[in-house]
Amino acid sequence: MTDKIFSKEEWLGGLEALRKTYGVFVPVKDGDFHTFMPFDKGNIPDFDYQNSRLSPKSVVYPQSERLFEYTLDKADSEADIVKESPKDYSPRAVVGIRPCDVQAFQIVKRNFDNPEYRDPWWVQHFESTTLVGLGCNEPCSTCFCTEVGGGPFNQEGLDVLIFDMGETYLLRGLTDKGEALLGKITGGSPADDQALKNAEDLAASASKKITSSIPTDKLKEKVTNDLFNAPFWEEIAFACLNCGTCTFLCPTCWCFDIQDEVLGKEGDRIRNWDSCMFPLFTLHGSGHNPRDNKFQRVRQRFMHKLKYYVDKYDNGVQCSGCGRCVRYCPVNIDIREVCNLMNNY
Amino acid sequence: MENPYLPYPVRIDKIITETEDRNLKTFRFVFLNPEDEEKFAYTPGQFAELSIAGKGEIPIGIASSPTEKGFVTFTVNKTGLVTTYLHNMNEGDVMGIRGPLGNWYPWDEMEGKNVIIVGGGFAFTTLRSSIISMIDPANRSKFKDITVVYGARTPGMLLYKDELAEWEQRDDINMHITVDGTDDPDWKYNTGFVPTITEEKITSADNAIAIVCGPPIMIKFTQPVLEKLGFPPERIILSLEMRMKCGIGICGRCNIGDQYVCKDGPVFSLAQLKEMPSEY
Repeated sequence: MTDKIFSKEEWLGGLEALRKTYGVFVPVKDGDFHTFMPFDKGNIPDFDYQNSRLSPKSVVYPQSERLFEYTLDKADSEADIVKESPKDYSPRAVVGIRPCDVQAFQIVKRNFDNPEYRDPWWVQHFESTTLVGLGCNEPCSTCFCTEVGGGPFNQEGLDVLIFDMGETYLLRGLTDKGEALLGKITGGSPADDQALKNAEDLAASASKKITSSIPTDKLKEKVTNDLFNAPFWEEIAFACLNCGTCTFLCPTCWCFDIQDEVLGKEGDRIRNWDSCMFPLFTLHGSGHNPRDNKFQRVRQRFMHKLKYYVDKYDNGVQCSGCGRCVRYCPVNIDIREVCNLMNNY
Repeated sequence: MENPYLPYPVRIDKIITETEDRNLKTFRFVFLNPEDEEKFAYTPGQFAELSIAGKGEIPIGIASSPTEKGFVTFTVNKTGLVTTYLHNMNEGDVMGIRGPLGNWYPWDEMEGKNVIIVGGGFAFTTLRSSIISMIDPANRSKFKDITVVYGARTPGMLLYKDELAEWEQRDDINMHITVDGTDDPDWKYNTGFVPTITEEKITSADNAIAIVCGPPIMIKFTQPVLEKLGFPPERIILSLEMRMKCGIGICGRCNIGDQYVCKDGPVFSLAQLKEMPSEY
């Protein structure tokens, strides 16, 4: 574990140099919000942000990704045979990712990289990515990472953790991948004991700023069908528009659709993010739909995150407490309230 | 890195129109690379994704038996975009198969027991796979009595008519074929709904396990018949359908509670289903 102090200019210069060996993704101010984009001439990093509107999950798991390609040209001896699309798995770094969004990768990994099947695209994108996290000095009012196993300076899953010390950054290499990245950045000086103490104080004070209390301790012991048949689902779902914003913004939502698209005689098999908020998600060919009603879909979203996932993996809830679904829900449905209802039912 | 989404290329070797409404066809596929057939080692009850470049994939139960070598067959109902396209394809055309996927009927548990098979309509496909496998000389002695109740709306809607007639002739399998109704004066089998015929023909649940596949309405009315006969929910086995994409428990759409129908199913016992949310 290396702790190094960089001046902010030095660090920015280091990031520019890093682009020679890594595809570097950074938060870029984009209107009123920040978005993770490739660091290049047009995209200047801006680390003065609470969190990006969309998490950087798309760096590992693109919203739309070509999986396979094929030709339908019968003159071709390989016509109609589906083949893997070539992929670029050269090293990438996400710089400035918040610890909650890193924790989200750890949650999603249990789905894409499980003992029975490894999703080749997710796994290889993930393995080629170095996560350089930026601790949160000022968590938002909707943040609750500390309630779901994380924290504003949580190091789990990070390769490097950045402490914003005001005039300087303290960078902590946490893994071989992280140390390798830091080794490519010149300058900086070793952090002294005072700097390390200041960093710990910063982390402790940030944790205290999270005031939400969301107990999840009883979810595991609840009987699935009791929660499923609980009387509160219609009421929770009453205002829901089924817009899908919650699942779209969620760094731990992983569901996808697979579709074929053809232009002329050339075709692709692609996968796109999908959402359990949409009726088409479960519509059978026969016309039957097990989740025909809005409240069933709302129930599915919360039951998946707060009960099914808990039972399946025995490793906490499928939520990293980033608070995006709370902040951006147009009708103020709040996962913290739903979690309280479920935990106390 | 191994890619579980990559289909094996296959050639359509034979197409059989099964039913009088021409809505059900059986497709026999041969692997373009012979070594893929070994990789596609399956057990009756499993399914696969039929994959058509430019159209997409559909999950379909495997209708052939592992005892049948050199090909794999699926019986497909014409319903949506992929199945409609498939119905218009020809022998010799190339497409893909991805699998085998899902779990299978509880073969270990069924050994030494009487096996009751109850099927309705076009859900008879993996049951055909099971019957062929069980009556194979290498396997028949593993099971006690095998009894089959299979019904369709009309005689013309029954699948695998030649094989049904052949099984009727055998003395190591009890066949009870039925139709909801028919005006065919030569119809020599039963007339009546599957649950009714099950009640008439099945007399005991002793040392027996029942596999039930059919439309929801048939399952709904067969279940109490079997329970009345004394089948505990652990010995009533069902196979479910669900909209699927990945088929390997990753894409997230076919769950019932914390179970994925594609990976943890499609075969569940009634006892398991009673513990799961009733959302299917």
